[in-house]
Amino acid sequence: MAILEVEHICKSFGDGFSLREVSLTAKRGEIVGLLGPSGCGKTTLLRLVAGLEQPDSGSISFDGDLVHGLPPKDRGFGLMFQDLALFPHMDVIGNISFGLRMLHLSKVEINQRVDYLLNLVDLKGYGRRKIHELSGGERQRVALARSLAPEPRLLMFDEPFGSLDRGLRESLQIEVRSILKKVDVTSIYVTHDRDEAFAMSDSIVIMDKGSIVQAGTPEELFRSPRNELVAWSLGLKNVMMGTLTSSGEIDTPIGPLRGKGTGPSSSRDTPVLVLIDERKLYIGPPINPSSEHQTVMEGVIDNIQFHGGESNILCSVFNGKVTCLVRPGDTDVSFQVGDSVSLVVPAEAIRWVPASE
Amino acid sequence: MTTRRLLILGPLFYLFVFFLYPLTAILARSLNADSLMGVGPFSALMTDSYYLERIWFTIWQATVSTLLTVAIGLPVAYLFAKHQFPGKTVLKAVSTIPFIMPTIVVAMGFLALVGPQGIVNSVLVGSFDLDAPPVRISNTLLIIFMAHAFYNYSIVVRIVSTFWANLSPRLEESAAMLGAGRFETFVHVTLPLLLPAIVSSAVLAFAFAFTSFGVVLILGGPEFATLEVVTYELAAKLFRLELAGALAIIQLVFTYLFLVIYTKFQAGAAVQVELVPRGNTSMHRRRLRDTVFVFSLILGLLAILSPLWALLERAISSGEGYSLVHFISLFSNETGSYFYRSPLTIIGNSVRFAICTMVIAVTVGTIVSYYLARSQRQNAGILDAIFMMPLGVSAVIMGFGFLIAFDQDPMDLRASWTILVIAHSLIAYPFVIRSVLPTLRGIPIHLREAAAVLGASPAKTFFHIDMPILSGALLVGATFAFAVSMGEFGASLLLVRPEFTTMPVAIFRLLGQPGDSNIGQAVALSTILMVIVAIGFILIERFRYKDMGGF
Repeated sequence: MAILEVEHICKSFGDGFSLREVSLTAKRGEIVGLLGPSGCGKTTLLRLVAGLEQPDSGSISFDGDLVHGLPPKDRGFGLMFQDLALFPHMDVIGNISFGLRMLHLSKVEINQRVDYLLNLVDLKGYGRRKIHELSGGERQRVALARSLAPEPRLLMFDEPFGSLDRGLRESLQIEVRSILKKVDVTSIYVTHDRDEAFAMSDSIVIMDKGSIVQAGTPEELFRSPRNELVAWSLGLKNVMMGTLTSSGEIDTPIGPLRGKGTGPSSSRDTPVLVLIDERKLYIGPPINPSSEHQTVMEGVIDNIQFHGGESNILCSVFNGKVTCLVRPGDTDVSFQVGDSVSLVVPAEAIRWVPASE
Repeated sequence: MTTRRLLILGPLFYLFVFFLYPLTAILARSLNADSLMGVGPFSALMTDSYYLERIWFTIWQATVSTLLTVAIGLPVAYLFAKHQFPGKTVLKAVSTIPFIMPTIVVAMGFLALVGPQGIVNSVLVGSFDLDAPPVRISNTLLIIFMAHAFYNYSIVVRIVSTFWANLSPRLEESAAMLGAGRFETFVHVTLPLLLPAIVSSAVLAFAFAFTSFGVVLILGGPEFATLEVVTYELAAKLFRLELAGALAIIQLVFTYLFLVIYTKFQAGAAVQVELVPRGNTSMHRRRLRDTVFVFSLILGLLAILSPLWALLERAISSGEGYSLVHFISLFSNETGSYFYRSPLTIIGNSVRFAICTMVIAVTVGTIVSYYLARSQRQNAGILDAIFMMPLGVSAVIMGFGFLIAFDQDPMDLRASWTILVIAHSLIAYPFVIRSVLPTLRGIPIHLREAAAVLGASPAKTFFHIDMPILSGALLVGATFAFAVSMGEFGASLLLVRPEFTTMPVAIFRLLGQPGDSNIGQAVALSTILMVIVAIGFILIERFRYKDMGGF
């Protein structure tokens, strides 16, 4: 059952940017990843939920109570900013205990809680450090501990690891996720990084241009991405629009594809979103002609990217482009940019879903 | 020895001869004095209750003035730091006007507003048919406090609002997310973060109020004499040079104490907080309460400037309606006085001295800045402090030092106008350094390296890379130097010869003569001075580089 319910929120700014009819829910204890390109409105949505901005219309409720209109301090939510916003005039303990002091807890309670949190984020012994004496990763931990300290009902993250290098970011993601699960706090996690969103979240919400495009668990999104943006966001490489023809083929920019493929049954001559699994394609010198189970096409290699032992080969085919994944040992042929090749698209590599706006 | 090191010898020589030598002369004069029945002038001062009282008075009037200054300055700083509204740039510029106004103009402005014949009293007398002006605050402490606050509040506004505007709003939002209300956020987060900026601006305001001369001399009257006024009277009227010297030394010790505190807090403000570009920091929220608040702050700000409007109004009002009679009477020598000088001569003197001052101050300031920008941090700090020293010496003391140091051949400069220009340039060049140095330090080293790799010599690099970037800051520094010289009063009063009378001195002399006509002329001349400085000021605002200069 949803504990956070954001319904039909609209918010426009003077500079033309706006959020349109945004709705969002989160279940108790769930980590919701909010994924989308820069400027899509993720941060604005967070600020609206936090109470740092007021919506023009729509409602925000938590645990059954409306919260929009309440000042941030009365919502019991936490927010960790991209720049962390640690108080530079306080030490680590001063930062972590700030929210507890605002609650007017006793000294003993505050000390106990701070000790617990320092342990939780693995910063024991750092209590009296100044903020400027800490490394990037240590600051993230302090910010996390500070956000957790007043036991927020909902904790929000605004791209908190954006400034860290890749290795540190990945290890912190794992650690933060396990801490969030341990204290069992409902969270919203904003990022523009697909890998980070999937690493951190139980469910994903994809935003674009001020609206929510699709929401669901990662599995649901993979099963039926609503449009090209979602499919690209999921990291799928071969995404294109097509049309189901009466002859049982799919018309695509790379030519008609044979074979039934997998996808929900649909009436003929309707536009569909075609997804081709790059791992199931065959690339090489010309071979057997097309059969019922596969389509063979001629293409030219545009680009070869070597990545993690595998090669992503981008080919121009007809009016479109296709990426194939080639693993070492798949073929003896060595490819060069500009080579003419045959591409075999087996029927089982093709998936299609009804296209929506 | 590099060119850079050779170049710095010039300013060092200038500083030693025209600053340290006169100071030493004052010290020597007060220490060698064996008058006063064998009691040294220091112990004479310290045992005389009058002087102790003056010291005490100077301290507490400066304290009260500073508190008032900060109280007025903070809301205005908040307005400029956190709110966007139409006409902000202009209003921001206007709010800075008092600081570069000559003290004598400020004093005259207050007389024009609340003096016996000021606007407020004329209106009240006229409206209610009164026999005597009802507002009698000239020659009171109140008017001194008001004038000091008026003169110095823009220091607080400048320093604090720059800092405030660059303070990340995420800090305050974080506090709000952690359960702090508006008040708690201000007390626990905003105020502590602003404190270094507030303290350093307050210390500056205190130092200016502590060494205040023109305002106190004109508005205060004898019972409210500060150390500066007492020093002037001892030196210029009573010819007790050894006592004046001792008093000057005591005042110097105080002033340097303030400068040390100021530097300490300014350094604190610089390292602790990561500042973010402004534009990201102003408020998104628009509430009626905010709008009303902003509007009343703007009105308040315009009210703060009322002495200047009053001065303008008084200059063109002549009992019956408006006319230019005060300006015209400036040209007639009614009493046939020997001391009479045409206003054109006086204005000519002031402008001529100001231009010479500007040239010297910019040359010295640029060379020193260039040297400091290339020096190692530690050395630069010490040298910077040394070159800032004239900022801590009051104008009266400087004038006094010149009088006793340059009274013998071959350095008898007392009859020459160069002595005025040198005094003015000593007061002005620190402002040039404070304007140029931050910009010079801000030029990325890569730019110079790129120029060098592309084959430019150091001189060519300076003229093609540094100069174009610096031009804005140089212009600000130059205009500041010009304004300082135009308004300089304390040193000029001691050093000026009748034939070299400057505008502030002429205004003061006019005030000292009886009759309404003389007061009218003083008001008119003050207005001309105000306008000349204001024109310079408009230039400053047009060319101010990125809002990040020191002052």
